[in-house]
Amino acid sequence: MSLITVKNLSAYYESRKVFEDVSFTVDEGDYLCIIGENGSGKTTLMKALLGIDIKHTGTVLYSGFCKKEIGWLPQKNQHQKDFPASVKEVIMSGFAGKGILGAFYSKKIKEQAKQNMRLLGIEGIAEKSFSELSGGQQQKVLLCRALCAAKKVLLLDEPVTSLDEAASEEMYSLIKKLNRDGMAIIMISHDISRAVAEAEHILSLSNNGFFFGTDAEYVEHVKGDI
Amino acid sequence: MEFITQIFSYPFAVRAIIAGLLLSVSAALIGVNLVLKRFSMLGDGLSHVSFGAAAVGLACGVAPLQFSIPIVIIAAFLLLRLGRNSKINGDAATAIVSSSALAVGITVATLTTGMNTDISNYMFGSILALGKGEVVVAAVCGGMIIAIYVLFYQKIFAVTFDEDFAAVTGVKAKWYNSINAVLTAVTVVIGMRIMGALLISSIITFPALSSMRICKHYKCTVIVAAVVSVVSFLTGLLLSFAFDIPAGAAVVLTNLAAFLILSLVGKVKQI
Repeated sequence: MSLITVKNLSAYYESRKVFEDVSFTVDEGDYLCIIGENGSGKTTLMKALLGIDIKHTGTVLYSGFCKKEIGWLPQKNQHQKDFPASVKEVIMSGFAGKGILGAFYSKKIKEQAKQNMRLLGIEGIAEKSFSELSGGQQQKVLLCRALCAAKKVLLLDEPVTSLDEAASEEMYSLIKKLNRDGMAIIMISHDISRAVAEAEHILSLSNNGFFFGTDAEYVEHVKGDI
Repeated sequence: MEFITQIFSYPFAVRAIIAGLLLSVSAALIGVNLVLKRFSMLGDGLSHVSFGAAAVGLACGVAPLQFSIPIVIIAAFLLLRLGRNSKINGDAATAIVSSSALAVGITVATLTTGMNTDISNYMFGSILALGKGEVVVAAVCGGMIIAIYVLFYQKIFAVTFDEDFAAVTGVKAKWYNSINAVLTAVTVVIGMRIMGALLISSIITFPALSSMRICKHYKCTVIVAAVVSVVSFLTGLLLSFAFDIPAGAAVVLTNLAAFLILSLVGKVKQI
């Protein structure tokens, strides 16, 4: 069953068209990589999926979950360096949309957060200051925050950019693990060969149209171009 | 000790202390968010607007506080909006609005009532001249701000830390920004009466900055900011009674002292 169905989606930045008539589907437990050159509209597409102020036409349908149950890992963190927040506080903010009143979360939610932290191997740094962590650890914390908000699908915007090789590898394997546990993944990536290796489906955006298919079909498609 | 019991025997002093304590806590709570969202100058800009509005209110014979509150709320919305408009950036907009409002206030005051004690009270604060009605307004507003902050604590944190992400998870980020604008405006207007238009912004930003010298967690930052604010207020008030100096100035100076002490503590902790 399709979790997300996108039909004839076009997006605009000011009056310029970023991309046109893009259609694709994401199934339950799918792993989709979005690739394309800078300016081809990868992040814009993701924002349109998330319903952030992006002018667009066409339809985006969700089934089995609602828009606020998407887990999102934004492109490189733009948080201020001196923001005082603990890892736990950052992760718990993934639940902030769930109708919580008051300063305390319920036991059930706390337990869920703990479980997610264990899954990503970060339960040991829960009380550390978020701003003092390394880039790789910060990304893991933000992935955990996304996981707390997510029901069935994670949207990851270049999760390994600016990480060193070891941290990138760890990030890729964590994402794979979440995918195996049944979470659908939509990831924007710069690294095309890695995207083909990791994902089941590829969505390639470019200024003259788009490609959507399985990773094998994508390899065939690119071969044809050469 | 005798000195302190003596202070508490004056009803006007007790009123001043109650209003001041509530104001200190709400200013500290608001301040944490403004400082973290890089809107530290908003309080300063709004205080000048508040002064301008109070001067016009006095000239027209309307109650200055009640007249200022809606005007300052509108100004807060405009400034937060302008902050997002790329053509005039936030701090430039604040600078323009701030000096223009002050100029309007001074012009109106000079042309009508003249620069009398009332005007000077709004400029530099007059905690001891607070009437019963004003204390009630200050207490209700202060209590309301603290209640809203506690009730929506988790959502306010989410929006302050990462507005876009919070909005995606279903938190009404724009609504919380609007609440923040209204609460800031109310704090500034009430605070102007006690601290003075020229000094009110300092009790909004100082406690947050002081607390951030030693705190690495958000909850700790909020609590320490509130404590620093209350302690500085009480110490400042005592100094003002003891040495007969204006309360607003004394409170700002104790806040400065707290900031310097906590900076030092933060530095020592790092080593």
